[in-house]
Amino acid sequence: MERPLTQHIRPHAEPLSLAEYEKAGGYRSLRKAFALTPQDIVAMVTASNLRGRGGAGFPTGMKWGLVPAVGSVPQPRYFIVNADEMEPGAFKDRLLLEGDPNQIIEGIIVSAYAVQTEKAFIFLRREYSLAGKRLNKAIAGAYEKNYLGPNILGSGFNLDIRIHSSAGRYICGEETALINALEGKRAVPRAKPPFPLACGLWGRPTIVNNVETVANIHHIVNNGPEWFKALGVGRESGTKIYGVSGRVKSPGAWELPMGTTIGELIEDHGGGMQNGYALRGMVPGGASTDFLLPKHLATPMDFDSVAKAGSRMGTGTVTVLDDRTCPVGFVHNIELFFARESCGWCTPCREGLPWIVKILHAIENGRGEQEDLSILEQQCRFLGPGNTFCAFAPGAVEPLQSVLKYFREDFERHIREKKCPWRTS
Amino acid sequence: MLTEEEIKEITTELVHAERKEAASIEALMVVQKRRGWVSDESIRDIASLLDVTPDELDGVATFFNHIYRKPVGRHVIALCDSMVCWSLGYDPLLDLLRKKLGVGFGETTQDNRFTLLPAACLGACDRAPAMLVDEELHGPVTPEMVDGILQKYK
Repeated sequence: MERPLTQHIRPHAEPLSLAEYEKAGGYRSLRKAFALTPQDIVAMVTASNLRGRGGAGFPTGMKWGLVPAVGSVPQPRYFIVNADEMEPGAFKDRLLLEGDPNQIIEGIIVSAYAVQTEKAFIFLRREYSLAGKRLNKAIAGAYEKNYLGPNILGSGFNLDIRIHSSAGRYICGEETALINALEGKRAVPRAKPPFPLACGLWGRPTIVNNVETVANIHHIVNNGPEWFKALGVGRESGTKIYGVSGRVKSPGAWELPMGTTIGELIEDHGGGMQNGYALRGMVPGGASTDFLLPKHLATPMDFDSVAKAGSRMGTGTVTVLDDRTCPVGFVHNIELFFARESCGWCTPCREGLPWIVKILHAIENGRGEQEDLSILEQQCRFLGPGNTFCAFAPGAVEPLQSVLKYFREDFERHIREKKCPWRTS
Repeated sequence: MLTEEEIKEITTELVHAERKEAASIEALMVVQKRRGWVSDESIRDIASLLDVTPDELDGVATFFNHIYRKPVGRHVIALCDSMVCWSLGYDPLLDLLRKKLGVGFGETTQDNRFTLLPAACLGACDRAPAMLVDEELHGPVTPEMVDGILQKYK
């Protein structure tokens, strides 16, 4: 089985040096890319059916094709790699950033050429300092070899890459908030439209792509869209960095064919549940995705299949809920995260999330009332799509609405028994 | 007053900034790196260098959790409190740290050695429960390991 993204990643070892990376075939895509027109590459990426790996699954080629033509909007254009991985449960971009930084730089160069930008930023969360050191080294090496800088390999194409070490906050993962942070402002989201593709960083066309998305681009250029499509086992293309965490025997992240089932991830790769623990459910793609149940184990982990099962693939990193962990406590923890990380810009999110936390805390501590459940359901509607400025609050209530549906009896037991049945004291 | 060194480093950042304001976070970090935190006086000094008002800059400084507007200890412990770490032993770890350090979240030990802070998911869910001390990631951390970890930071 081919693993293009992780072929050079060795667990617990230093990443390949630039020389080793080149020897293993690295940076060969540049000459190939420069022999093509940017439009050819956008067409290849579109034909590959690559969908954005940050969580939303928007087709990458289509996104690139939507950048307004030069002349119709102010120039230059900017390219931003979103390396602000902060979704609870997600640790897949860390693997790529730390494991093979040269690959990320190569992916950025080919992507930037395709969308014709000369300035790229890597928006990196500050906690990923090891990734930052390794990326800086990879960038310095690339400048030395003229893979970056002016007139790259005589192609006439120029590119500079800068790393922005973010000062924190989950909302920076939202692309317009990220752009505000890069401009040195408070990272609150912007109104859309205009979309960043037309009016982003400093009012210029700006393309924001996730780390894993970018890591795929030069492989598509090297091997072609048909090769990429054949990597997936279902209807969707490519490989995916999946992860499993929680009470499994061997938590981790692995590159597998797109469409690997949730059950295979948990059983074959995560080693199954730890002894003495049974699986009660899982969030399939980070804390902002709806819970699924053991009956969904046969669901392929691709965007459409997980959506059909009632959730989202999100980041593709599964977190299991075991039978000895209280589902109310679990979702209380999730909502505490969202209440704290809300940027406070719009009222439903700023006021609604702390209210949800207060109710969940009361239920968890034996002070819940039956009426609380309908208030929580009402909050899920109030904070749902269409009522808030950005997708943060709708994401925050996804796990809550599904936990209320699937684990209702657990809530009612808390209210009836006036305590958390999982707590011994 | 900013030192000459600080002004020089902030000026270097400005070269890369489309507008001066774009270097806000970098400039705040230049000062924090040297002084450990960002005081009201530093906010005023940096603001005048970036041609923004002190209030605007403070709005930025207080938005981001890695910019400290209060002094911190020599080492900052950031304990991950997100769902995976929470379900794999966060509570006992927090209790233990509180007891050993004698401080809660947002507080600094009397000897100025440690500040304890909560952290959003550290992206180390395969190593839960995890914590960051300064830039170093530890995980999975068992209560038995805490003494050994703390000893590394003087």
